Amino acid sequence: MLLRKVSQSSAVCGRKAADLCKKSPDFSQVFPFPKALNEEQEQFLQELVGPVSKFFEEVNDPAKNDALEKVEDKTMEGLKEMGAFGLQVPADLGGLGLSNTQYARLVEIVGGNDLGVGITLGAHQSIGFKGILLFGNKAQKEKYLPKLATGEHIAAFCLTEPASGSDAASIKTTALVSSCGKFYTLNGSKIWISNGGLAEIFTVFAKTPMKDPKTGEMKDKITAFIVERSFGGVTHGPPEKKMGIKASNTAEVYFEDVRVPAECVLGEVGGGFKVAMNILNNGRFGMAAALSGTMKSVMAKAIDHAANRTQFGNKIHTYGAIQEKVAHMTMLQYVTESMAYMVSGNMDSGATDFQIEAAISKIFASEAAWTVTDESIQVMGGMGFMKDSGVERVMRDLRIFRIFEGTNDILRLFVALNGFQNAGNQLKSLQKALKNPLGNAGLLAGEITKRAKRKAGLSTGLTLQGSIHPNLAQSGDLTVKAIEQFGAVIEELLVKHGKKIIDEQFVLKRVADCAIDLYAMVVVLSRASRSLSQGQPSAQHEKMLCDTWCMEAHDRVMQDIKLLRSGQSKQLFNNLRSISAAVVENGGPVPSHPLGF
Amino acid sequence: MSGRVLVGVKRVIDYAVKIRVKPDNTGVVTDGVKHSMNPFCEIAVEEAVKLKEKKLVKEVVAVSCGPQQSQETIRTALAMGADRGIHVEVSGKDYETLGPLQVSKIMAALAKKEDAQLIILGKQAIDDDCNQTGQMTAALLDWPQGTFASEVTLDGDKIKVVREIDGGLETIKINTPAVLTADLRLNTPRYATLPNIMKAKKKKIANVKAADLGVNLTSRLETVEDLVGKLKEAGKV
Repeated sequence: MLLRKVSQSSAVCGRKAADLCKKSPDFSQVFPFPKALNEEQEQFLQELVGPVSKFFEEVNDPAKNDALEKVEDKTMEGLKEMGAFGLQVPADLGGLGLSNTQYARLVEIVGGNDLGVGITLGAHQSIGFKGILLFGNKAQKEKYLPKLATGEHIAAFCLTEPASGSDAASIKTTALVSSCGKFYTLNGSKIWISNGGLAEIFTVFAKTPMKDPKTGEMKDKITAFIVERSFGGVTHGPPEKKMGIKASNTAEVYFEDVRVPAECVLGEVGGGFKVAMNILNNGRFGMAAALSGTMKSVMAKAIDHAANRTQFGNKIHTYGAIQEKVAHMTMLQYVTESMAYMVSGNMDSGATDFQIEAAISKIFASEAAWTVTDESIQVMGGMGFMKDSGVERVMRDLRIFRIFEGTNDILRLFVALNGFQNAGNQLKSLQKALKNPLGNAGLLAGEITKRAKRKAGLSTGLTLQGSIHPNLAQSGDLTVKAIEQFGAVIEELLVKHGKKIIDEQFVLKRVADCAIDLYAMVVVLSRASRSLSQGQPSAQHEKMLCDTWCMEAHDRVMQDIKLLRSGQSKQLFNNLRSISAAVVENGGPVPSHPLGF
Repeated sequence: MSGRVLVGVKRVIDYAVKIRVKPDNTGVVTDGVKHSMNPFCEIAVEEAVKLKEKKLVKEVVAVSCGPQQSQETIRTALAMGADRGIHVEVSGKDYETLGPLQVSKIMAALAKKEDAQLIILGKQAIDDDCNQTGQMTAALLDWPQGTFASEVTLDGDKIKVVREIDGGLETIKINTPAVLTADLRLNTPRYATLPNIMKAKKKKIANVKAADLGVNLTSRLETVEDLVGKLKEAGKV
């Protein structure tokens, strides 16, 4: 009875990032690094990489697309012929039937060349019609997927409204069912819809009034619909003028008394929110893959410059200031790439519970890409600022990645709260045990010992030995220590704040940052381990990347934990709160001018 | 008339790669380096596929001589529209000394075996720049040759070939069966689309050994001295 309780709380369902918030994480999905392709899939993928790369190098002109603020017609045609619009549609419906890992590898090429095209393709298949792939019934799949796969029809994902961005559940577009029950009437407007001006097929989320089966009262629940432009009543606004990804069409889409047949309901009536979240979750891994390609491209330019530019008598790459930038860029790209293929590999291996890892990879990739590109421009000096170098365009393109598909700020809250939920569940079983201490003496004794050990800085028995290559033992140790302290502080915070932890955003942000750093450490340990075990030519270099990352990440995590534990944090957060309140009330900075006027 | 075209495709180091010399000066680094189909072979495949699309020939067979990886090159040809492939496996020492003489003997033997009506090759490979295989193949078969072709027109049982020569352009008319070698301006090869690559997976590639074709791969060339990497001093005029 006791043993079962203890083992239940630690083994669970093999979750990885969530596990970092528990006392006894299960690393079975992180180690070893997933191998998600069989021989045939690998060979097929290798054959695809060449032609796709060639097309992007020779036909697509990112500068032209940016200047025209649209993807050139001949490029669109070429992409359609190439089959780029139906990468994950099953082969028997006209697509390529690629797995997530294969898709990631191709999207990496697109990301390395033209993010505007990347978003056009991604808005179409990664979210635009993904709902049909995930939730569509047989009839819907057969009706819509073939033309979507060839690109004859373009798709768009319509969730955001003027008053509903992060707060997706508050959307106001309505879909009222007819009295005969055969169709819905759709009314509302959506903003910032990628491919809004091009699409023929829209995945639209609207509020449908439903009778609560228990109470009998009418409630508004979200339902997902497949809406065809040909239904009539669907119009769109002019293309938005944006900072970046200018080639991607972004427009408002208006639905005025659109008749949507009941057969077009996607998933369950009232189950639309789940559909939306699943679609976004399912497409997130693509971003990390694409951005790892973007970083590689941009770095190549910076490195070429650093290797050839002479100042003060030496090539600038010999100077520490440049070396630090190049090294950090390299590590950020390595981590992003590792996360991308870890997540896609897990998804392909059948994992259903990857939402936190996907969210972490999105946060990490978008911020890493921004930093890498920013630093690349810095390395290139004035040249980096010039249009011709092609890097300023990438910088502009990248800004949106920290905002759309779930802002990084919201995703951090999600990561942190999920972690707390897991830790909370563990604590619950512990609290139950506390209610019956005699019967649960063994469990409690075990817990007390663990905590005592942790407080003394001793290891609680968690180890990565056996999972990672012996050469990485030191980094493994740093990681384990960080995980243990993190687990401890999570518990302390839960005990301190209870359910109110949900509102403590200053705390949650820092908790998320730790979780992200820890997941990154674990992912690079996995990848570097594999390279060492396989005797890859780059294994020693990867070991260095891994060790260096773990050193810096460990310090960051410990720093955050120290702050979260200190009595000072409360004061700090209160100050931040007050400063913000005062400035908002004043409509701007509060201090009077140093000159007095 | 079989209406069958043999197209030779060679796997070479990709044209965009920065070549590096091996530390022991015995040649160029090939391990882990990106390889692709010789650009002139791509043009040859494109021409053959275009002839098939115009219904002037019935079947396009892609042939490659080389190690296991040559199959990738054949698959690219299949993705461009060739109907089937023949891989003549040559590896190890034999592959190192494989040259135009051996390849042309193999092509000649296959042409007879497959009852080919036309052989189209690239004018030369970008790694060795020999520019000999097409000419040797025609000689071995005693077939007419249209080399450095920049325009090919089938006219009944004859072929009109516009050739790029030093002085400009030369137009000749030759009988079939014949050997043609493709020059740069013959056509612009199509991009292999991903759905076609998928369809190509179902097309067959036959495995053949040179010995089965009665071809001796022994080279008659001996490397006396390797100057790769040794020439470090600037030349003097």
